[in-house]
Amino acid sequence: MELLDNLVLGFSTALLVQNVLYCFVGVLLGTAVGVLPGIGPTATVAMLLPITFNFEPVTALIMLAGIYYGAQYGGSTTAILINLPGESSAAVTALDGHEMARQGRAGPALAAAAIGSFVAGTLATVALAVAAPPLASVALKFGPADYFSLVLFGLIVSIALARGSALKALAMIALGILFGTVGQDIYTGTPRFVFDQRELYGGIDFVSVAVGMFGVAEILRNLENEQARTAIVGKVKNLWPTREDRRRIVAPILRGTGLGAALGVLPGGGHVLASFTSYAVEKRISKRQQEFGHGAIEGVAGPESANNAAAQTSFIPLLTLGLPAHPVMALMVGAFIVHGITPGPNVIEDEPALFWGLIASMWIGNLLLVLLNLPLIGVWVRMLRIPYQVLFPMIILFAAIGTYSLSFNPYDVYAIVFFGLLGYVLIKCGCEPAPLLLGFVLGPLLEENLRRALIISRGDASVFLTRPISAVLLAVAVAALVVAVLPTIRKRREVVFAEEE
Amino acid sequence: MERRRSFPDVLAGGIFILIGGAFVVGSLSYELGTPLRMGPGAFPLLVGATVAALGLAIVVKGLIAGEVVEFGPVPWRAVGVIVVALVFFGYSFRGLGFVPTAAVTALLTTLASRQVRLPTALAVAAALTVASTLIFVVGLQLRIPLWGPWLSF
Repeated sequence: MELLDNLVLGFSTALLVQNVLYCFVGVLLGTAVGVLPGIGPTATVAMLLPITFNFEPVTALIMLAGIYYGAQYGGSTTAILINLPGESSAAVTALDGHEMARQGRAGPALAAAAIGSFVAGTLATVALAVAAPPLASVALKFGPADYFSLVLFGLIVSIALARGSALKALAMIALGILFGTVGQDIYTGTPRFVFDQRELYGGIDFVSVAVGMFGVAEILRNLENEQARTAIVGKVKNLWPTREDRRRIVAPILRGTGLGAALGVLPGGGHVLASFTSYAVEKRISKRQQEFGHGAIEGVAGPESANNAAAQTSFIPLLTLGLPAHPVMALMVGAFIVHGITPGPNVIEDEPALFWGLIASMWIGNLLLVLLNLPLIGVWVRMLRIPYQVLFPMIILFAAIGTYSLSFNPYDVYAIVFFGLLGYVLIKCGCEPAPLLLGFVLGPLLEENLRRALIISRGDASVFLTRPISAVLLAVAVAALVVAVLPTIRKRREVVFAEEE
Repeated sequence: MERRRSFPDVLAGGIFILIGGAFVVGSLSYELGTPLRMGPGAFPLLVGATVAALGLAIVVKGLIAGEVVEFGPVPWRAVGVIVVALVFFGYSFRGLGFVPTAAVTALLTTLASRQVRLPTALAVAAALTVASTLIFVVGLQLRIPLWGPWLSF
């Protein structure tokens, strides 16, 4: 069994002392930022990325991944206890979870979320281990033209899934690509849009973009109307679900895992879509439909499993194609590149210990999360009492220090200001920041493959349509674009997302 | 259908047109090349024009059928203070060193909130300075002097 050998390699890497330690640090931090409303995993990973530069590559990636799926976990705690989703995908959990908490059943709700997340995380990790190698070997056959179409496809599918106006999301992607062109041209070395500032020759750092768009802009949004956060949280008792509860959550957990694992592969917030879809499915097939919205445990177990499974499988496009499906994945691309590894199909062959170690660490991380969340729930509840007036200066200061230490370049800090203000204005105008970041990270890839493909085809642009892989991808991308723009389908999409508000 | 004008939509579109247009103008000063060997200006020209075109579409749509009705309040004090704090940080980090820069930046950002009073702000800033020094300089061995060259007389 090749898979077994690989898993043995993975676990022997992931179980090294420093890897377990940083996996723990990652999930701990992830849970913390997931619990705290107002700071999400994207800003956290962006802030901590510079710190991981001194680590071994596998250790760094294990920790960053831990922050990501730890945050999915922590978000549910806040959603259940104070009806405020710490993370967007936990919004559905709040519907029934908070209702359960109000009925004094916060314990079983938290337990259902934790157990569901653990089962989902475990199964989805297996799905990742099984599905990634064949996909990577397919990806190795891709030429530059195919890659160009793949990146374009990924970007366009991500807007079809994002909420809000498709036109604006498209414009945000293009704007991100545009900012990605700042710096020296890869083929000729010509510095572009640098205003004669030597500090800009290396381009704009994506950490600055992420910290500005997801950190500073978000803080400004929160400071618009300050209110003392009502965090009156009672003691959580009776953690263990009753036998009736246990019987009721088995099927939703398994269905949620399947849905989440499938939808997580899609670019652009697949985990949010997964939790909403799972909730809708559970509600439709349940025999107790009237209970939904009034504290149905299925409405907690299903979506929580779905979003955690999706968090795991969203690593599939990253590890096999080098395509990030989520802003955090976009930052992971940066982490790979900093350590001299190009994310993509070659990782699995060239760095098997890293690839399998990362996968194995996710299982360990999920186990650590259960241990962290159930017995220590009191600590997390207490964390909700930290006032925002302490939290946001900390985020800004740490972000500034972290970004500066990337390359000791003050322009990276000035870029935070620029993207923070731009992001703030654009978010207020109804534009989502995630597409811009995806465009920014993927833009250089798009340009490089476009130019390389045209050089190979001797300037014949029809190569994108004559190569079968490329043609199929472009056709699906066009179809996705039509779907996203068509008003009838968009209306239905808004219904799905309306509950999130 | 009733016409709904939307100021935020028009503003967003305007920003896209402005930035896209600026990149288009900028890219014209670089070599465009041929399709076979695209010059450094070709790709930004293409994308810049796309951004501007999408911006135009957003403006038109915002004038006919707007989506976002209100821009909402702006926390001007927070915007101003945070911008000043970050620019100060970038400008003086190397010169002043870690401790003074972190302290001033933390104090300034704390004051972004309208609900905070000066004693609290000082306490938070002091605590954050100590914490960040411990984490970044002691813990993570960041190679930055605690007190910079501007402070040595």
